[in-house]
Amino acid sequence: MNLLSLAWKNLTFKPLSALLSVLLFALSIGLISLLLNLRQQADEQFDNNLAGINLVVGAKGSPLELTLNSMYHVGYATGNVTLKEVRSFFNPKHPIVADAVPLSVGDSYRGYRIVGTTPKLLDWYDASLSDGRIWEDDFEVVIGAEVAGKNGLSLGDKFRSNHGIIDEGENNIEHDDEFTVVGILAPGGTVMDQVVLTTNQTYWHSHGEHEGEDHAGHDHEDHAGHNHGKRDIQALLETDDDQEITSVLVRYRNASSFQALNFPRNINENTDLLAANPAYEISEVRRQFDSGQRILGILVLAITIVSALSIFISLFNSLRDRRYELALLRVMGAGRRKIFSLIIIEGLLVAVIGYVLGLLLSHGILYFIAANVSDDFRYSLDPARFLPEEWWLLGGALLIGFLAAIIPAIQAANTDIGETLVEG
Amino acid sequence: MIRLPYLATIMLSSRNLSYQYPSGERLTFPDIDCPAGETRLLLGKSGSGKTTLLQLLAGLRTPATGTVTIDGTDLNALSGTARDRFRGRHLGMVFQTAHFVRSVSIEDNLLLAQRLAGHAADKTAIRELLGQLELGHKARSLPSALSVGQQQRAAIARAIINRPAVILADEPTSALDDDNTAQVIKLLRESAAAVNATLLIVTHDNRLTSIIDQQTRL
Repeated sequence: MNLLSLAWKNLTFKPLSALLSVLLFALSIGLISLLLNLRQQADEQFDNNLAGINLVVGAKGSPLELTLNSMYHVGYATGNVTLKEVRSFFNPKHPIVADAVPLSVGDSYRGYRIVGTTPKLLDWYDASLSDGRIWEDDFEVVIGAEVAGKNGLSLGDKFRSNHGIIDEGENNIEHDDEFTVVGILAPGGTVMDQVVLTTNQTYWHSHGEHEGEDHAGHDHEDHAGHNHGKRDIQALLETDDDQEITSVLVRYRNASSFQALNFPRNINENTDLLAANPAYEISEVRRQFDSGQRILGILVLAITIVSALSIFISLFNSLRDRRYELALLRVMGAGRRKIFSLIIIEGLLVAVIGYVLGLLLSHGILYFIAANVSDDFRYSLDPARFLPEEWWLLGGALLIGFLAAIIPAIQAANTDIGETLVEG
Repeated sequence: MIRLPYLATIMLSSRNLSYQYPSGERLTFPDIDCPAGETRLLLGKSGSGKTTLLQLLAGLRTPATGTVTIDGTDLNALSGTARDRFRGRHLGMVFQTAHFVRSVSIEDNLLLAQRLAGHAADKTAIRELLGQLELGHKARSLPSALSVGQQQRAAIARAIINRPAVILADEPTSALDDDNTAQVIKLLRESAAAVNATLLIVTHDNRLTSIIDQQTRL
């Protein structure tokens, strides 16, 4: 029977009176932890997926949409661009562009987007194969680790793509052509985990037939014997001017040069293309995030204050009932400091229980969000991950428990035993 | 100086005790000397300050003047914490109605008494004592599950678990019927005798005056 177990017994003796305090505290801790986790993991995903890309070039429209669609694979494309319009970006002698990767998007497989591109994209995202080989011909695909895991796909498996980017279940319009899995990526914590990669030309086949355009079957036999086949950028550039892709990801030679800084504006003002700076667009998204978070922060602060008050009030009320009991402890040899500590420990216990419940709450919510958010936002959350900040949160919780208990504790320690025993 | 060789050591004594109530009223008390092992009644009408005197003797209140000495220690010369600790070790107290820490069992209440007095927990001694007081089967019960008579016996168990030098009882029988009164007084005297403690009983209960000869009137 020490102070800790006595404090515990006191709390559990009348569990209902402490319940409200514990729940409020759990709510406040839970919300803080949730905000911290969402923010931290969102920031990391944004950063991981920047992949050193300085510019996204696509059809006119919203620069944010272009960025989200081309880099994070969420939302809709702004439209397509013709090869003729973007060919210059792939010129190795371009004064500003060091490197460029073409993207064709628009189809999906069970909610996972099919991205036509060149293997260079893998290098940009530091993605590596865990199994199989790089795609070499049309309709050969390399799939992200999550795509493979969630759909149980392995090497050699075949599937048909859905037209459009939303998984509509029964109503999906399926393309007739079959894709063959030739490679699977190792998990990398980037959006590459969640995409299906193939050649740009694949899109021309499936959509050529589907939409009845006359590009169908266009010269796709020509390079069959070629070493790098369809995945080579040269093969892409040699095709007709009016073939379309969705966008081009660009890395600069020198991002801080004067020409590079003016490059997006030049494109936007002088061509039919849209050039978006992903770092800028993402910082805009973050700013939106921040102002939302500030409002939530005020709410959380209010809940935290109320929960601290609730601990204070429930301790204060319990003192009235327990005056005689505390005097008795003094008679039995407990000094004022012991009585003080007992009440403080009771406050701290409420805080610790609230903290543990709060973390369970926030990581439980993260678990459910993780299950639902991934398809819509390409945002993979790890609910089992605990941040170092959550240790600080424990410190904060203990501090609040202490502050809420300190006045009742002082009062308990200063209770006049003689008078109390006479009243009893 | 006259030595009375047959007198045992004085265990509890007070000199020139007076107490000032916050309301301004002032009470002066007669000196008390209790040898080890003695049982004494403190009698007085209600309002005569019996309970106040008992609390002064226990160091639960601070006297305006005078001293209280228990087993050679001047109670009011001790610091607050030391006095609390001293009380836990050397004094046992029994009140008119038995009070316990409600949230823990009878056994845990006795364990608390041991620990707060600075002793090691000794469950064997607790079980043994509760057995002697016919409370062995109630050891794991919450205090509220005991009858009034059982509660008063458990309170006595708590008062003597640390083998105190002095047991102070404040109206221990006024809430009890004749049978329980006889039983509780017998128990208190036997328990005090077993640890050779001085037993001081504050009461206005006339049932006790015929049993106990040593009496001080306020």
